[in-house]
Amino acid sequence: MADIISDAEQAGFANDLTQSNTLGDSVKAYVQRVRGGDMGALPSIAGLVVLFIVFGLANDRFLSNLNMANLATQAGSIIILAMALVPVLLLGDIDLSAGVAGSTGAAVMGLLIVDHGQGWAVAVVAGLLTGTVIGIVTGVLVAKLGIPSFVVTLAFFLGLQGVLLKLIGEGGSVRIDQPVISGIANTNMSVLAGWIAAVVIIVVFAALRLLQHRRKVAQNLQHQPLAVVIVQIVAMAVVLLGITLILNQNRSVNPNFPIEGIPYVIPLVVVLLIAWTFALGRTTWGRHVYAVGGNAEAARRAGINVDRIRISVFMMCTTMAVVSGIVLASYGGKVSTASGGGNTLLYAVGAAVIGGTSLFGGKGKASNAVVGGLVIATIANGLGLLAQASWINYVVTGGVLLLAATVDAISRRRRSATGL
Amino acid sequence: MSDTTPLLQLRGVNKSFGVVHVLHDVDLAIYPGQVTALVGDNGAGKSTLVKAIAGIYPADTGDYLFEGEKVSVHGPKDAAALGIEIVYQDLALCDNLDIVENMFLGRESKNGIVLDESTMEAKAREALKSLSVRTVKSVRQSVSSLSGGQRQTVAIAKSVLWNSKVVLLDEPTAALGVAQTRQVLDLVRRLADSGVGVLLISHNLTDVFEVADRITALYLGRVAADVATKDVTSRQVVELITTGTSSDLDVAPRPSTTV
Repeated sequence: MADIISDAEQAGFANDLTQSNTLGDSVKAYVQRVRGGDMGALPSIAGLVVLFIVFGLANDRFLSNLNMANLATQAGSIIILAMALVPVLLLGDIDLSAGVAGSTGAAVMGLLIVDHGQGWAVAVVAGLLTGTVIGIVTGVLVAKLGIPSFVVTLAFFLGLQGVLLKLIGEGGSVRIDQPVISGIANTNMSVLAGWIAAVVIIVVFAALRLLQHRRKVAQNLQHQPLAVVIVQIVAMAVVLLGITLILNQNRSVNPNFPIEGIPYVIPLVVVLLIAWTFALGRTTWGRHVYAVGGNAEAARRAGINVDRIRISVFMMCTTMAVVSGIVLASYGGKVSTASGGGNTLLYAVGAAVIGGTSLFGGKGKASNAVVGGLVIATIANGLGLLAQASWINYVVTGGVLLLAATVDAISRRRRSATGL
Repeated sequence: MSDTTPLLQLRGVNKSFGVVHVLHDVDLAIYPGQVTALVGDNGAGKSTLVKAIAGIYPADTGDYLFEGEKVSVHGPKDAAALGIEIVYQDLALCDNLDIVENMFLGRESKNGIVLDESTMEAKAREALKSLSVRTVKSVRQSVSSLSGGQRQTVAIAKSVLWNSKVVLLDEPTAALGVAQTRQVLDLVRRLADSGVGVLLISHNLTDVFEVADRITALYLGRVAADVATKDVTSRQVVELITTGTSSDLDVAPRPSTTV
């Protein structure tokens, strides 16, 4: 180590620390970042804890195992839609049509199964492709013609509701009772499979993090202290095992029919979370999405095809929105003409923003959608249990969205003031 | 010195936008290991000339020679492929990315489809080291936390990283304080000393006289003079910039067709 330091000093590069030395330093650096306005997911995690305490005290059933499983499945479609929106928000754009586009894809899937007798796999692929096509058209209009995404997707929001009406028929709905599709939100993994999956994920995560840490130390690259890495692994293990433990309890009110195990929607969310995190954080495409969101002109000068990035982002967003639409259909047992409309999209935007994704572009992660989606679903679920009138639900959710956007705007201003 | 082949040479370049004839028969040469300053008043055509070199607005007529060979440059990618790096006035860095990410933007190293962060970080650190950059705390620092001088440094270091042969700097000290200007000028000198051909576009004659080996003055889209810095005084250069000629300077104003 000694010769590395002297080498660095000779080159006049002594200030380049490759490690903040101790756990204490890292904590201090984190506190500094938060105070400087780089709060990330912190407000939403704090909010989630507060919501759990408040609803837990207000209603006995809120913290029951049955309700926790309900909450997870309710949150599923919101989280997936929010995850779809994160890359669009990263560009500083918005996709108001994602909710309706998702349900249009789900309706195509449902009709292929019900009216045309197709298998579920073919129907799902067709549904996803519907989303892909809608996304490409949106992306081309935004990127090539330069119409603000707000306007293009508002037009699609209205237009696609018409398409949905035409597909399904006035006042009708498509029943989703195909076992695989319906099973996403309504069946559970076996208890054993749940435990195995949780342990495998923890072991793989821990191994990857430790290997990465060792490689960075070996190559003298910038890295976090080992203690921080271990804290992260332990925290992740505790959360994952905790969730598995709760969901593997029997939560049935009828002793003759035990209900236990992790609802399939959770592993679906986990897989999508891993995929999106990888795509945004570890691939060139993801790097370019951040670059375009941060400074589109700089990205263009660096030789990045900004239009292509924009089109690809809208394409992925709408395709992923169809996944959310399918989960929603599975949960509700049908696709109706109102599916994906109303507040579906705003819930998802709210989820992403509450989770720490900036509406100004350039800042956000797929994991933000998970925490934010849980906050939104908790509000809806908790207020529902308290049997409040639905107007309260709307007002509170709107208020929370506004609060999140305010936190976003203020922390952005603080960031530019402190230069973080 | 001038008898060595210029790294980059423009001969008789013309450029019009509609009826507006912006560049008239412009000649420009950039030599290895030298800082050539491009000076001129607002509207003299400096930016257009830079964009012509960069391939953003390809010239209408005229020759573009790189290392003595005629080449055609039709876009920023062609220029980059030749080894020409342009550091723009408004820096073109992404605030939300860190130093390493910015230096490799658009040219990321990869392992299969995964970004190769280790290689990129090590190379970026090496490039900054070679320029004796001592003010940056960490290469993983977000660019938004850097001062104006540091940002300029990162932008310039990018050209070292990519082994550029010619570096165009558009007003690199325009927004900087005294100490930061000092740092950037030192950096420009070191860059040239390493054999790179540097074109420095600047309004600030103090800066120009400090680092430039040659001065090319533009006046209303024409080259008013192309002289060695040691042969001229600051007053003469001001005259060249404002009137296109200098009474007591031994350079003939180039013949111009009347507009």
